[in-house]
Amino acid sequence: MATPTGAASLLRLATAGSVDDGKSTLVGRLLHDCQAVLADQLAAVERVSRERGLLTADLALLTDGLRAEREQGITIDVAYRYFATARRRFILADTPGHVQYTRNMVTGASTAELAVVLVDARNGVTEQTRRHAAVAALLRVPHMVLAVNKMDLVDYDESVFHGIADECTRYASRLGVPGIVPIPISALGGDNVVHRSASMPWYDGPTLLEHLEEVDADEDPAEQPARFPVQYVLRPQTSGEFQDYRGYAGRLSSGVLRRGDPVVVLPSGLRSSIAAIDRLGERDAEFAFAPQSVTLRLADDLDVSRGDMIVQLDDPPRVTQDVTATVCHLADRPLRAGDRVLMHHAAATVRAVVRSLDARLDLHTLAAEPGPTSLSANEIGQLTLRTAAPLPIDDYRKDRRTGSFLLVDEADGATLTAGMVGALAHPEELAHPEEKATRQ
Amino acid sequence: MSGRGEATLLPCSRDGLRLSQLDVLESESVHIFRESAAQFERPAMLFSGGKDSIVMLHLALKAFWPAPVPFGLLHVDTGHNFPEVISHRDRTVVEHGLRLSVAYVQDFIDDGRLRERPDGTRNPLQTVPLLDAVARGRHDALFGGGRRDEEKARAKERVFSLRDEFGAWDPRRQRPELWSLYNGRRRQGEHVRVFPLSNWTELDVWEYIARERIELPEIYFTHKREVFLRDGMWLSAGDWGGPSGRETVERRQVRYRTVGDMSCTGAVDSYAATVDEVIRELAGSVLTERGATRADDQMSEAAMEDRKREGYF
Repeated sequence: MATPTGAASLLRLATAGSVDDGKSTLVGRLLHDCQAVLADQLAAVERVSRERGLLTADLALLTDGLRAEREQGITIDVAYRYFATARRRFILADTPGHVQYTRNMVTGASTAELAVVLVDARNGVTEQTRRHAAVAALLRVPHMVLAVNKMDLVDYDESVFHGIADECTRYASRLGVPGIVPIPISALGGDNVVHRSASMPWYDGPTLLEHLEEVDADEDPAEQPARFPVQYVLRPQTSGEFQDYRGYAGRLSSGVLRRGDPVVVLPSGLRSSIAAIDRLGERDAEFAFAPQSVTLRLADDLDVSRGDMIVQLDDPPRVTQDVTATVCHLADRPLRAGDRVLMHHAAATVRAVVRSLDARLDLHTLAAEPGPTSLSANEIGQLTLRTAAPLPIDDYRKDRRTGSFLLVDEADGATLTAGMVGALAHPEELAHPEEKATRQ
Repeated sequence: MSGRGEATLLPCSRDGLRLSQLDVLESESVHIFRESAAQFERPAMLFSGGKDSIVMLHLALKAFWPAPVPFGLLHVDTGHNFPEVISHRDRTVVEHGLRLSVAYVQDFIDDGRLRERPDGTRNPLQTVPLLDAVARGRHDALFGGGRRDEEKARAKERVFSLRDEFGAWDPRRQRPELWSLYNGRRRQGEHVRVFPLSNWTELDVWEYIARERIELPEIYFTHKREVFLRDGMWLSAGDWGGPSGRETVERRQVRYRTVGDMSCTGAVDSYAATVDEVIRELAGSVLTERGATRADDQMSEAAMEDRKREGYF
C-alpha cells in the first residue's frame, strides 16, 4: 500500500507487448516492487504457483485472466492496475498482447499519456515492436518507453541494448514520436524496474519507475484553445436563490476559461460571454481549466443544450457534417460503406452514414490499401462520414478529446468503431516523415 | 490538504496549471454522473451507507449542484446490516432530501422466493431482490460504488457495464471504452451498471473523505466490540446467527474497513480513531481491503466473478 501523499499527480500509462516478451511479469514486478501487491494476493499467487509445480511465485499470475475469458476463449481488452509512490499515482492499462492486440492496444492507448513498448532483448526489434510503436503513434500517446527486457538472457550485454535502442529510436522518430526512452531491464529479476540493477553498471539512466515518476506528462491547458462540451443543463427551478439559475454542466476538454471571456456556442454560432464559473463546490471562480468539471453560466439567454460546445473565439473547431477520419474497427461484424450508425462525439450523439471506406492500413508493411470493401475487427483504416447534423470537431492530432469519436450500432448499442478525426497519415509519411519533409 | 471542495493546484514546471490526483478523479467521476444523467431515463444509485457509497453520493451532490440529484437511492437490506450504518443512511437521506427505496431480503425469505443458506450469510441472496427492484423501478442504470482496485474480476470492469435482461454480465458484450466516451445505449429490458469510482483506490477514497470532511458511520473508526473468530475473521456477535457451537465471544478494539452483511464482514484490530489515523493505518496494511474483511470473496478464487455474472453488484 502506498504512502499517503495528500496531493500527488496522476499518470496514465499503457503497456504493449506479449506474454512472450514478459509483459505480465513486468506488470507483476512493477506492482510487487511498489508494494501494490499485498500479502493475501501474494499468498494466492504462491499457492497457484505451487499447484503448477513452480519453485518461485510467478508474478505474471497477478495479471491472470478471468475464468470466463479462459472458458470462452476470449480476452477482455484492458485490465486496469493501480499503484503509487510518494510522488505519483499510476493507472496502468494492461492490454493483452496476442489476441486482438490492435483493438486492445488502441483502447488502452486512448487514455494513456505514456506507452511502455516491451521488447525481448534476444529478439530485438521485431515486426510486432514496430506495430506497437505505430499504434501508439497513431493514437498520439505523448511519451514512449522502450523496455528492453530479458537482459539477463543476453548476459546484460551493453551492445545488445544499444543496438535495439538505436534501431527503435530511429523508427520512432520516423513515426513522429517525439521522444522514446530506452531502458534495459529484467522483469524476472527486477533489474531496473523499480530497483537499480547491479548487473548493468554501464547503464546510468533512470529505472523504469524513476522515469514514470519523473516524466513531465502534463499538457499545459493554457497552451490549448478552450473547449467545453455541454453535458447537461442544470435548472434547479426551485424557489429562492436559484430560481433563475441556468448552468451548463460539463468538463473542459482542453484549455482555460475565465469569467468575462467572450465565447461562441457551436454549432449554432451564437455569441455570448461567461457570466460565472461554478467549480465543484466553489461558486464564482475566476477561471477553470482542463480537465476540470465545472458549470458555466452565460451572460445571454441562449438556447444551449447537451451536445453543444462552448469555445473561445480564437481558433475554434471546424463545424461540419463531413468527417474524414482514421479509424480502428472494434466489433466482430465488419464495417462497410453505406452503413448507418450513431456517432458519439464529445457530449453529442448524431446519426451518420459511412460514405466511403478510403483505405486500410496494413500494419505489417505500414502500406495503405485504397478502397477496401470492408473493415474487420482490429483493422485500421480511413473513412468518410456524413453526419445528420453539424458537429464542432478538431483534428485528432490537435486535440485527442474533441478529435475522437465512437461509432455505435443503433439497434443493439454495440460500440463498433473508434475514430480519430483526420486522414490516415500517408503510410509513407507514417514511416518516413523526415524524408517527405526533405522532398518538400 | 486543501479545504473543502477546493481544487489543489500543484506547481508545474511551465508555470502552468495542474490538478492533483484527487481533483482529476473527482472531475472524472462528476463527468460520469453527468453523462449518465443525460443518457439514461431512470437511473438509481445503490446506497448502503458504506464509505464508497457515501463518497459516491457526495460526488453526485457536487455534480448537479445547485439542482437536486436527478435520481433516487436504492438499498438492498439483508436484514443483517449494522444498525449504525442504517441510521447513518437514514440521516443522510433526510439531510439531502433524497428518495430512498429499500428492498428487503427478509421479504423474499418470508414469501418463499429465497431460502436462508445453511451458513446464515445473506450476501449472495441480494441478487434476486436487486433485480426485482430494477424491474419494478424500470431502472435503465444503477450506480455502484465498485472500484477496479478491489478485486481481479473488477479490474476488467467497464465504467458503463452492460447487463442483459436477466441482470447478467456477459463478457462478450462488454464494450471497449475509449477516451472518455461512454456508450450507454442499450436494448429494451437491459440496464447498465455505472461505476463512477472505477479509478479510485481505497486510499484515494480515504484521502477524499479527509479533504472533503465527509462524515462516516462510526464503525469505520476504532471502538470496543463483542466479536468472535470465524474463518480467520472477527465477526460481530448478533442476532444474525453468531456465535455458534464452539465459537466464543471476546471484546476487542476494532474497526471496520468495509461494511456489508454482518455475517461475512470482518472487523480489523485497530486503534485508528480519526480519518488521518485510518489513512496512516492503511499505508502500513499488508492485506487488501477485501482480503482482510470479506468472507464471501474467499469462498473460491472466482467467487466475485461468479456473483457478478449472476447479476450481483
